[in-house]
Amino acid sequence: MGDNVTALTTIFTEFYYWVTVVIMFLIHVGFCMYEVGVSRRRNHLHTLMKNTMVIPLVTITFFFFGWWIYWAFPNGPFIFEGKGLILDGAVGANQYLPWAPKMGTNLSDHITGVFWAAFLLFSWTVASIVSGSLIERVKSGAFWIIAVMIGSVTWIIDAAWGWHFDGWMVKLLGYHDAYASGVIHAIGGGTALGVLIVLGPRLGRFAADGTPRNFVPQNPWLVTIGLFLIYTGFWGFYAACNVPIISPETIAGQITGTTWTATTIYLTPTTLSAITFNFLMSLSGGLMVAYIMSKGDPFWTYSGGLAGIITASAGNDLYHPIQALIIGGIGIAIAYKLHYWVERTFKIDDAVGAVAVHGYAGFIGLVIAGFVLWGYPSSPYEGYATVNPLGNTIGAFIMFFVLGFLPGWGMATLLNSFGALRVPREVELMGLDFRTLSEEQAARDDVIRAEKAMA
Amino acid sequence: MGNTWAVDLADMGAVYPWVGTEMIMVLVAVLLWLLWHVMQIREENHEYREDVRRFGDKETLKKSLDQQTDY
Repeated sequence: MGDNVTALTTIFTEFYYWVTVVIMFLIHVGFCMYEVGVSRRRNHLHTLMKNTMVIPLVTITFFFFGWWIYWAFPNGPFIFEGKGLILDGAVGANQYLPWAPKMGTNLSDHITGVFWAAFLLFSWTVASIVSGSLIERVKSGAFWIIAVMIGSVTWIIDAAWGWHFDGWMVKLLGYHDAYASGVIHAIGGGTALGVLIVLGPRLGRFAADGTPRNFVPQNPWLVTIGLFLIYTGFWGFYAACNVPIISPETIAGQITGTTWTATTIYLTPTTLSAITFNFLMSLSGGLMVAYIMSKGDPFWTYSGGLAGIITASAGNDLYHPIQALIIGGIGIAIAYKLHYWVERTFKIDDAVGAVAVHGYAGFIGLVIAGFVLWGYPSSPYEGYATVNPLGNTIGAFIMFFVLGFLPGWGMATLLNSFGALRVPREVELMGLDFRTLSEEQAARDDVIRAEKAMA
Repeated sequence: MGNTWAVDLADMGAVYPWVGTEMIMVLVAVLLWLLWHVMQIREENHEYREDVRRFGDKETLKKSLDQQTDY
């Protein structure tokens, strides 16, 4: 670090990302509570462990190769001007190989660890999105392979392509997705849908004539607190999507003057104040529309708030708060209708509605952002396409189908071909925790018998 | 890393033990990660086979479903 201003800026940035990581941890706590609350009692323990073990598995693989992928793949590779991987230079990937000096305790580098961790928490989130959909019938081992795939490979490829100041989708398509409608949520929903098609519904979820049956969440309070915690963690997620402070000369783009600013991941200027307006307004739009559409159903109302934020996230760096409000409402309205249409038509059992809340809402949010932000610069650098409807719609397709649905379907098909995807029918019927619960029941019976013998 | 902090921090880089062995450490960690998946999948499959063997007959299944209050 050079002068004191540089030192303070560096330490502030380090602390800023560190705080976002701590807040984002609540997203995972929330997802765990939410999933357990939705699952039936005989599956609680397996459900909890399934999502908890995302933490270590995605963390170590994101250390091994995830972070390297982000910096290596912005060119496609070979999509942007036929250029290959970016390995050397100031932003080259090789400095983030797991054995590089920056990837450890290094007194000359204050940023790599916290920046890596901020992205890693996004990785947990995207794996958790898939987790909830699959509860009560997927084998844990299968899910964890899928979690590593999306958490440390596919989502970070999409981030390199469309959530990087140098990404080919930003340059060629004008793709704009400031708070990750597509790069986290659309890909998460798309992957979940691909896996669900192969996995199939839970036993009894559809009647013999194909009519869906509603499995009511077993613990509404756990669901409630879980979703509130996800909202809370989402604040940290939004902050983590920003570069907190940077000077125009550091950006070295078209911005003139000497005013320092916060920026999006694309290095386009924004403020925490702006995204706070829009976070709350899009949350409100989602909650209000979901309440009306679901006739006050708590599950859908809470999920609607989340879907509202997710829909507006692509453009929440630039929208007016009223625009964020309306876009949030539109997103959940479409996602809600689509959820039930897909469920009825294709017999898809999405236990937590993740495909709708994350996948459809994220997709719709990208398309809307392309229209509303039409003509805005996607980057502070020259030569980038401006934001436009076609670019963002193609981007939505890439996120949901190309990097989400296809890898999810492919991996699930592969696992299924080895009989590794779904638990045996008998185990699903008796419940995944049956052995533990039956031992507890046997112990209880012994105590009752002993008490009766004493009486 | 030497044996004193009497240094200019501007000149300091990696300070963890065994600088230079990072690639070996990564290799060991990757192998442990893969081993973990193998062990976990084998154990999980074994548990399910055992559950089906012990409790998978029609009578026990029916009894277990009757006992459950959460359908």
